Amino acid sequence: MVITAEDVHFSYPNNVEALKGVSLQIKDGEFVAIMGQNGAGKSTLVKHFNGLLKPSQGSVRVDGVETSKTSVAALARNVGFVFQNPDHQLFSETVEDEIAFALKNFGFEQEVIEKRITWALNLLSLTQYRKTSPFLLSGGERKRVALASVLAWDPQMLILDEPTIGQDHEQKEKLRQFIVQMQTQKKTVVTVTHDVEFVAECNPRVVLMKEGKIVADGPGKIILTNQQLLTESSIVLPQIAQIFTKLTSLGLPKDIIDIYEAKQAILQTKESKRR
Amino acid sequence: MSVFEGLRFRKVYSPIHSLDPRIKFIYVIVIFVIAIIFWQVIPLLILFFMQLPFVLLARVQKQWLRSLRGAAFLATFIFLLNILATYISSGFVLLAFDFERAFALTLRFVVLVESFSVFFLTTSPDHLGLALEETRVPYEFAFAFTTAVRFVPVLAEEAQTIMDAQKARGLELEKGSLLKRIRNYVPVLIPLIVSAIRRSLELAEAMESRAWGATKKRTNLYSLRLHRGDFALIAIIIGIIIVAAYVYIYFFASIPAITQFLQL
Ligand SMILES: Nc1ncnc2c1ncn2[C@@H]1O[C@H](COP(=O)(O)OP(=O)(O)OP(=O)(O)O)[C@@H](O)[C@H]1O
Ligand SMILES: [Mg+2]
Repeated sequence: MVITAEDVHFSYPNNVEALKGVSLQIKDGEFVAIMGQNGAGKSTLVKHFNGLLKPSQGSVRVDGVETSKTSVAALARNVGFVFQNPDHQLFSETVEDEIAFALKNFGFEQEVIEKRITWALNLLSLTQYRKTSPFLLSGGERKRVALASVLAWDPQMLILDEPTIGQDHEQKEKLRQFIVQMQTQKKTVVTVTHDVEFVAECNPRVVLMKEGKIVADGPGKIILTNQQLLTESSIVLPQIAQIFTKLTSLGLPKDIIDIYEAKQAILQTKESKRR
Repeated sequence: MSVFEGLRFRKVYSPIHSLDPRIKFIYVIVIFVIAIIFWQVIPLLILFFMQLPFVLLARVQKQWLRSLRGAAFLATFIFLLNILATYISSGFVLLAFDFERAFALTLRFVVLVESFSVFFLTTSPDHLGLALEETRVPYEFAFAFTTAVRFVPVLAEEAQTIMDAQKARGLELEKGSLLKRIRNYVPVLIPLIVSAIRRSLELAEAMESRAWGATKKRTNLYSLRLHRGDFALIAIIIGIIIVAAYVYIYFFASIPAITQFLQL
């Protein structure tokens, strides 16, 4: 899935201009994290990617098709979208039915539906809740049901709005592994998030937004170590980057956000000091 | 959802906004009752245009128009249903007067919507709560009422988000037979109701943990007092009642129909 946004402007009915000329291209198999302070326009932007919102000026194309000329349902088959708040979509009597909902909408065969449900439940450690009402689950579990209900139809592209909120570390790690797995299948993942540590661990392409515009776009490693840029967007550096920026006098490199790389860098510097 | 938009209060200062909500409410009720009593086009048209000065004085014409536009769908429905009903009951003939009557009934609905819209557009929920309290409604009920009013637009916004979330899972609201289309709304209504209940429970817990209802005797920072504008409105209300009663008693049967004019 290739998404091309060209000079997208968008205003809500109350005349709040949430996007003020956003241009962006997302290619096949990319993993993009969209970051920025509250109200920057992140959710507004990603809602353009499956046609929920249509630009008031400019254009958004998904695989060459203008979103303004097609329906959400048609786009949704390829672009899965998981909303910020799971309570906005859960309505079925059991978790199983909840996951089956989209599959039925897309006209999957009954056998396939069964298989997909089992697969999705297993992926998100929800198998024990198969017959439970989604309303009786905890907040984090409801969020996972919402995620499972989208992953189940295996879209080519996945948009996640704040997927890590309320998830414990184990679930976050699973989500990270799943995203990596999607990348190996050449699938695109776009996530909106405030979770700097999560982004640092995944090291995706980072798109930084502020007041309806993109202020920076590049590899996580470069953007998440740019102190000034992040401060302007109310983001703190990942902890590892904080340490490394303070230790440059020891001859340590600055652009490090990942534990593994951090260890390598420290060992290397130690080696070179010894010599 | 634009109907709700027309009921949402925005803080502005105007002679209408500062009127006592109790008097305004009486005014709305009087208009309501007159609109129900009369079924002829001319008095209903007069009622319709009588609200315009209020709308302009309160400078809410934009939101007011939006609420009318939101009501347009239901108004069309009422009109068509009336036409259809007369058409069937009269043995499949339609006279010009039938259209007039259907129009009058639609106009009645529009008058009701417009007057309530003006009331809600110009009355803050706080004022409304205060008015209820001063008419000796227990505080718990007054509070529940104002909270409900305040949450209407929030709920409308939430309904929009829920529709988006379900569309993103392949739900097509406008697809299928009439029955199917109604059923399509189940995945929207259930989350809406559940999250409203969930929110109200959370709100209750949050309020109780902040000592809501700890003091038995509440006092208010502001109290409602009648001002010059309120007395003017009272005078207007009495005038309207007198004129309406007079017309009703002496001329009710002889109010001309528009179709009569046209045939002259
Ligand atoms: N439904 C709406 N109606 C009107 N204005 C809206 C609506 N949704 C968002 N906005 C406004 O648009 C702007 C961008 O909102 P958006 O939800 O895209 O921000 P965000 O970057 O996702 O923020 P957050 O990090 O808080 O989720 C904000 O100023 C917000 O007030
Ligand atoms: Mg958001």
